[in-house]
Amino acid sequence: MDALVQTHNHTPGVSQRAFPIGAPILELDNVSLRFGGVKALTNISFNVLEHEIRAIIGPNGAGKSSMLNVINGVYRPQEGTIKMRGELLTEMTPNRAAEIGISRTFQNIALFKGMTVLDNIMAGCSLRENANFLEIAFQLPRARREETENREKVERIIEFLQIEHIRKTPVKRLPYGLQKRVELGRALAAEPKILLLDEPMAGMNIEEKQDMCRFILDVNDHFGTTVVLIEHDMGVVMDLSDRVVVLDYGKKIGDGPPDEVRNDPEVIKAYLGVAD
Amino acid sequence: MNTIPKFLLHNQQKNPHSPAIWEKKLGIWHQLSWAQLADEVRVVAAVLLLEGVKRGDYVGLLGENRPHLFSAMAAIQWIGGVVVPLYTDTNAQELVKPIQNVNISFVFVENQEQVDKLLSLMPQCPNLRRVVFDDELGMRHYKQSQLISYDALLSKGRHHLAEVSAQLDSELQRGSGIDPAALFFSSGTTGSALGVVQTHEALIERVQAAIKSEGIGSNDTSLAYLPPAWLAQHVFAYVIPMVSGSCVCCPESSETMLYDMREIGPTIFLAPPRVLEALLTQVSIRINDTGGMKRNIYDACMAVAKRVGTKIASGDSVSFTDRMKYSLGDMVIYGPLRDVLGMGRVRKAYCLGESIGPDLLLFYRSLGINLKQVYGSVEMGLFATLQERDPGLSNSLGKPAPGLELRLSPEGEVFLRGTNQFSGYHQDAESTRMRTDADGWFNTGDVGWVNEQGELHLFGRKQDIGSLSNGGYFAPKAIENKLKFSIYINEAVLVGKNRDAVCALVDIDADAAGNWADKQGLAYTGFTDLVALDEVSRLIGEVITETNAELANDPKSMHLQIQRFILLPKRLDVDDGEVTRLRKVRREAILQRYASLIEALYDGSTVGYFNAPVRHEDGSADRISAKIKIGNAQIFTTSPSQKAA
Repeated sequence: MDALVQTHNHTPGVSQRAFPIGAPILELDNVSLRFGGVKALTNISFNVLEHEIRAIIGPNGAGKSSMLNVINGVYRPQEGTIKMRGELLTEMTPNRAAEIGISRTFQNIALFKGMTVLDNIMAGCSLRENANFLEIAFQLPRARREETENREKVERIIEFLQIEHIRKTPVKRLPYGLQKRVELGRALAAEPKILLLDEPMAGMNIEEKQDMCRFILDVNDHFGTTVVLIEHDMGVVMDLSDRVVVLDYGKKIGDGPPDEVRNDPEVIKAYLGVAD
Repeated sequence: MNTIPKFLLHNQQKNPHSPAIWEKKLGIWHQLSWAQLADEVRVVAAVLLLEGVKRGDYVGLLGENRPHLFSAMAAIQWIGGVVVPLYTDTNAQELVKPIQNVNISFVFVENQEQVDKLLSLMPQCPNLRRVVFDDELGMRHYKQSQLISYDALLSKGRHHLAEVSAQLDSELQRGSGIDPAALFFSSGTTGSALGVVQTHEALIERVQAAIKSEGIGSNDTSLAYLPPAWLAQHVFAYVIPMVSGSCVCCPESSETMLYDMREIGPTIFLAPPRVLEALLTQVSIRINDTGGMKRNIYDACMAVAKRVGTKIASGDSVSFTDRMKYSLGDMVIYGPLRDVLGMGRVRKAYCLGESIGPDLLLFYRSLGINLKQVYGSVEMGLFATLQERDPGLSNSLGKPAPGLELRLSPEGEVFLRGTNQFSGYHQDAESTRMRTDADGWFNTGDVGWVNEQGELHLFGRKQDIGSLSNGGYFAPKAIENKLKFSIYINEAVLVGKNRDAVCALVDIDADAAGNWADKQGLAYTGFTDLVALDEVSRLIGEVITETNAELANDPKSMHLQIQRFILLPKRLDVDDGEVTRLRKVRREAILQRYASLIEALYDGSTVGYFNAPVRHEDGSADRISAKIKIGNAQIFTTSPSQKAA
């Protein structure tokens, strides 16, 4: 699995990345989340640096999706704080998250199945539109101009993700791997600062995984987008990410660069079990 | 005018604002006029001079059909260079030979993928000093001094244009018809690819003859969607537009070609048989997916088209009722179908690259599409024969082009000779000697005959034709074409030369057979699994039995009935050397590679075993092993139509 993707850091003859890793953009401090008596997350603290690819890994039920849902504002943690660029995020909701530049994709694809690829990605732009309901309804100049601008932006995303041939195809007719790509496209249309990807490679074959890895690296490299991703496939995570957080039973058991995490006895124990 | 760049300037003066190229980009068609194209070409030519490219230098091109590729080609020829279009799907190691042999130092490439290939070759090809890339995606990190983007090249050229202006004019005037214009590599169905130089004169004269005979002019439009490294595509996308002032359209990508074609509606269409087969398969799958009523209408209309369509097109007498039926069919089925295929405006469609089965040809003709066969080779140029009549005989290739002589040997081998054609393979006197004789006749390797009108007909490749061990005549191509007309069969290779029976290796069409299996409620995981299904084997068995019935109808082909067949466990692949870059079957390679399966077909086994390495496009290797059942087809001892009577 080691050769699945070439990471930007190790490609020979290639200079440093265009967007060097910067200051923390997201900081989680002692976050705990409970559903009644069930502890989903317990005292989790970690940060995400600007322009990095940060992975969250862990076995089934470790709390990975809950972690993403907390960042995204779907769940509100009972304890702990989340800061974005040093600013405390209280009263977080998915809408608010989208407004401050957090986009996401879902483990189970959440697209408008009957709409075309183009319309789905266009929908991702709507947040950045200033025209009001009436202007759009009557196609007044501002609404028309915004639509043209958005269309061009969306076409660039379509070119970037190489999905020109399915531009006008309803999403429900597409194979799984392409639907995942369309979902990434919709998330990108909102021009996010932080992109949350919930198992972007689940259920894919090796070629689809390679493609997806390349797109994630390209997004990060080209737009400087900070990426937080959850992934099961260890090989993918190790090749793709700059730093990894490991969760197990709602607790953080490891944090650091992939090589370090890979050799951490705690992590090996959680993932592979240890023969005493 | 004796060079292609001179034609470019002629078009610029004559129709400065007419479109030379249409390109679809970011979902919108953009036009490039002759004036804009000529300006750009002049700027690129200026940079080439500044970069030290000299008259007679070979310049490589590893790009898709894009305006920038065409500008680069014209610019190279402007200063007397020779363009060497290469296949973009070639892997890095296969590029070493052409680059070293032809001594290429300057290359225009499409994108990062091609840049990576060339960078990996730098140690083996020390003369490679400049790589110009078109698409800048992912290229920001590359700091190698040899690399420059096309846009940067243009701005450099604009900056220095005035300094070399006089030199540009004189270089253009110095160009003459006998200068080499381009170097192409032969398709390599029988061995490794050989380089052939085409002069300006050879390309232009042939195209002028075709333009005259076919009435191509500035109102015509074609679509460039095949590999630019193929001579035929080069002629259609580059030489014909330059010489006739017609317009060429560049689709967004090869995947979107069908949609783009529907939008642009070309008037001239070029297609190898495999594209026509693929289009027919797609249509058939979609018709099979529709319900009863629509399907009945389709079947009824197609039956009428098959019966009278070609007769109406060639002006034969057809009863009034049939004419009415055909016009009704044209309204409900043929017209809309032509439109869906993007052929609504096609005046002339040309099929070449390989011989086409009569069933396939008639399908398109009966829809009212004027499809003709064209003959040509890298050595003797495209349009080596021309069919002046519309629609022309279905299986004839037409008469030799002006300036070209045709001769048949007693065995029917086709020899061609032309005044300014084929001066030999590039730096390969040995191969040149093998294909030409002392009087300059070129052995095409094809076997055929000439009809009363002097038109050429082909049987197939000489080396494929032979006899069975009992002495019966064996010519596989026509039967393979019959099999391929079935939508479930992608490619078929017959075995039988020097053996006691004819057997078939069948490469099934995964889409059509998969769609069929879905409808039958059969479960399968992938290609190998689909092939292993008994039901799929029976389905192909039925197709073969039908073909056998046809063969049994004629006492001359009775002995050619297919006894046994085996479905190939993997698709025929370029990277495994089984088909050429143009997806033509490499028979020898396939016979070698599947030798174990072929033995099983003849030694009375019921299953065959296959185990061989496969290669992926990125050059990595894998292994595939499979156990495949042998299918038996029904053999007719008397003609089935006689029996029915």
